[in-house]
Amino acid sequence: MRRVSSGASLILVGLVGAACSSAPSRMAAPPPMPAAPPAVSATRAPAPLSLPASTLGPDQLILHVLNRIGYGPRPGDVERVRRMGLAAYIERQLDPRSIPDPAVEQALAAYPVLTLSTATLVRDYPLPTAEARQRLASGEMSRQEIREMYPAERRPTVITAQMQAARVTRAVASDRQLEEVMVDFWFNHFNVYAQKGAVRWMLPAYEREAIRPHALGRFRDLVLATARHPAMLFYLDNWLSTRADLVVPAGPNAGRRMGLNENYARELMELHTLGVDGGYTQQDVIEVARCFTGWTIDRPQQGGGFIFRTLAHDRGAKRVLGQVIPAGGGQEDGERVIEILVRHEATARFIATKLARRFVSDDPPPALVDRTAAAFRRTDGDIRAVLTTIFTSPEFWSADAYRAKIKTPLEVVASAVRALDGRIAAASGADVADGGITLAREVARLGEPLYEAQPPTGYPDRAEAWVNTGALLGRMNFALGLAHNRFRGARVDVAGFLANTDRAQPAQVLDRLLAVVLHGEASARTRAVLAAQFDSPEITRTTTYDRGPKDTDVEKLAALVLGSPEFQRR
Amino acid sequence: MEPCTRRSFMKGGALALFALGGPPRFLVRAAFAEGSAVRPKVLIAIFQRGAVDGLSMIVPHGDPDYYAVRGNIAVARPVPGVADATLDLNGFFGLHPALAPLRPIWDDRRLAVVHACGSPDTTRSHFDAQDYMESGTPGVKSTADGWLARGLAGMPARAVASPFRAVSLGPVLPRILRGDVGAVAMNSVADFDVKDGGAMMTGGPGARRGFESLYEQGVRDLLYGTGRETFETVKMLKTAAPQRILPTNGAVYPRGRFGDSLRQIAQLVKADVGLEIAFADVGGWDTHAAQGNERGQLALRLKEFAEGLAALDRDLGPRMSDVVILTMSEFGRTVRENGNRGTDHGHGTAMLVLGGPVKGGRVHGRWPGLRPEQLFDGRDLAVTTDFRSLFTEVAVRHLGAPVAPLFPGFSAPTGAWPGVLG
Repeated sequence: MRRVSSGASLILVGLVGAACSSAPSRMAAPPPMPAAPPAVSATRAPAPLSLPASTLGPDQLILHVLNRIGYGPRPGDVERVRRMGLAAYIERQLDPRSIPDPAVEQALAAYPVLTLSTATLVRDYPLPTAEARQRLASGEMSRQEIREMYPAERRPTVITAQMQAARVTRAVASDRQLEEVMVDFWFNHFNVYAQKGAVRWMLPAYEREAIRPHALGRFRDLVLATARHPAMLFYLDNWLSTRADLVVPAGPNAGRRMGLNENYARELMELHTLGVDGGYTQQDVIEVARCFTGWTIDRPQQGGGFIFRTLAHDRGAKRVLGQVIPAGGGQEDGERVIEILVRHEATARFIATKLARRFVSDDPPPALVDRTAAAFRRTDGDIRAVLTTIFTSPEFWSADAYRAKIKTPLEVVASAVRALDGRIAAASGADVADGGITLAREVARLGEPLYEAQPPTGYPDRAEAWVNTGALLGRMNFALGLAHNRFRGARVDVAGFLANTDRAQPAQVLDRLLAVVLHGEASARTRAVLAAQFDSPEITRTTTYDRGPKDTDVEKLAALVLGSPEFQRR
Repeated sequence: MEPCTRRSFMKGGALALFALGGPPRFLVRAAFAEGSAVRPKVLIAIFQRGAVDGLSMIVPHGDPDYYAVRGNIAVARPVPGVADATLDLNGFFGLHPALAPLRPIWDDRRLAVVHACGSPDTTRSHFDAQDYMESGTPGVKSTADGWLARGLAGMPARAVASPFRAVSLGPVLPRILRGDVGAVAMNSVADFDVKDGGAMMTGGPGARRGFESLYEQGVRDLLYGTGRETFETVKMLKTAAPQRILPTNGAVYPRGRFGDSLRQIAQLVKADVGLEIAFADVGGWDTHAAQGNERGQLALRLKEFAEGLAALDRDLGPRMSDVVILTMSEFGRTVRENGNRGTDHGHGTAMLVLGGPVKGGRVHGRWPGLRPEQLFDGRDLAVTTDFRSLFTEVAVRHLGAPVAPLFPGFSAPTGAWPGVLG
């Protein structure tokens, strides 16, 4: 049914495109934006980051940072950060381009879709044509012939699979950990759904061009880049939105009436900028939608880019949040709206709240939100500066915030692989043996299929959303699967950690595992419960010749530690 | 919070039996027969997320304004013997042709419709409107729990405690079931266990016991409480084995997540595990563009929807005398079609009530009309039945839930209920 929907929409817009192609009004250069005041960015300043006092112990501080601004510690990370200094580590993370990341770049070479243009993806990863489908249905063509025409490694689903695999690979292996966290955060904030029509082919370009370059940049640039991107234009239907009285003047669908579509306008205010309580009205939604008429996609069937079509634009005067946008405008009407929205007090608060929720706690302290919002306003939405405010706040370093967040499924999977120093083997990128793909499938099983959140809200960032009976069971099973190397292409070497440990001594094994995975942060009760497991014949097993020395089922013990309540927190 | 509630019945010994490895199946059934003379009433709630177009689902073909405002997407007037047009119900309303599988249930007077139903809150945000419909407190965001959870919490405890009183199919526990009743979320009934993993020496009961002990530590905490509930559920499922129960009466569920959810709800009902409230959701209703009319995007969604409900009804067979299925959606869509042959976010919509106890074969509620001056904000179908009236009637009359905790700050006298259950 999705195919039908997108097909129908494609035809619809095809018409407008055809009708307007005689006089397209394309903006070649990026739209001029008013100059922003220079950012007060702590990372650019010569003075090092100054961190507030905390009641947490020195190693706890390091663990807190590794868990919050990244996907958890790998073996040796705590020592590395200790050597480098906590402030220096955070500063480096705030400036990802200063961190070389050759291992990840190499691993990502297995996923060619990441670097391809939408037009190339449309050409090389096509859906079977209507004609081919019909010939298959009528028996004129065999399944085998179809498979040869459309080989498995060139199916459209491969695009999403490689994107998902790349996201997991980066979370696990990138040294630019904060950048990965922020890409996840902003993608989710400006969510698009891979399975809505043509979005799938636009997905790699969307993350590559609209999200990633601005993840630690300016909020305004994110809003503008997403507003203009075909993936967003398609997902929230703005590409179809025209002035109310537009009648297609020529082409095969001459005479068809077009009109306004409110979808993007509403979500732009509710989800991207002001927040649902940001004080806008239904009339504002309509006015904003009018401003964005004509922001559409050039030849969407061929993977074209943004285009502004004057013919589709409502040139009347508009009034948005009390500000008049005079008649006669064009593409700049939408740009004016973005300018109004990103400078609005409600936007600063909304973004500050979401960031504080991501990095501090589900219900962040109001004083922290106030200061973070102030930093947002003061720096004109400089994300690096806003994050610096959070990372240097006493609230971030408070005992209340320590381990207060429940990991999302992506965080569980990535942090578990990191804790056991797991290796992801990339295969062809469409292969069942590809570690990124099998791990991404686990993330989906735990409730967070990447790039496949259907509603524009994206995935929630609160504990209640992720803690329930089914999900918890899923996390335990993931821990068992990982520790036992049941996920093809993803290898952990639990035994390797125990090289200097006597496996006949379960207490030693447990101490080592708790040190490696939980860094000594297991409760006394958890330790006692795990120690009690040694009485289980499945844990302390005898060797095949059952009179041999006792051996500990280290994989199972590692799984219990990874599936423990402590490991579900960050 | 949850752990307390769960613990209190653990201590009460109801589940002590299961903790020892579980009684044989007959004992579970016998316990129901003995402890409660009648099987529990079951409510199956289905959320159409994304705001379904009520005017396409239940077509007001007798309202001349309908065809005037929907030039491209109106569903054609009924024509006797024609399947590709509105299926007339009462001379004024009709079913979308894709809902044909529901027609026999209507003819059987076990399907009722409440039209122009919705929220007193005027938000057109999916997120807020769903939140309000699930919390049951339109306009109030601070409500912590969901109305189904509150209803269940207020109902008398049954003689045989069960972790399955409230179950949601899917990876996430929905807002509507959050609260003190320990509702269970499961992706798949068959896979709900700690995985043994095959190899002789790995996983298996040892791992399950280990995880169970880890989450048994008595902290009042979301994680630990949920962990305990998880293992109660695992044990009872092992005993009842609902996944072995196959669809009966020739029921065929549509392929996909929605059909899978309904099939598993039927398994839980038939396994007699003490299910009282089941929840499933189905998306894809946000038809801003190319909505279609008798055919098209929305028709395909409606087809899957109706096939699922009809299969569930058929599968449960005589048990439907104890079952009510209630459908809901956060709001309706604009009366006038938009510039893309779709519809934008609106207000009132239609909800379906289906089952043995239902006073069916009727469209309930007052029709507000579609003339411009009759529309809400000049654009949307007005709401003439507050969703809380409908939900109150279903929860109180069918489940026996107490009125007071369901919808704080709202009271509908019995006379103001739509009358779907008599």
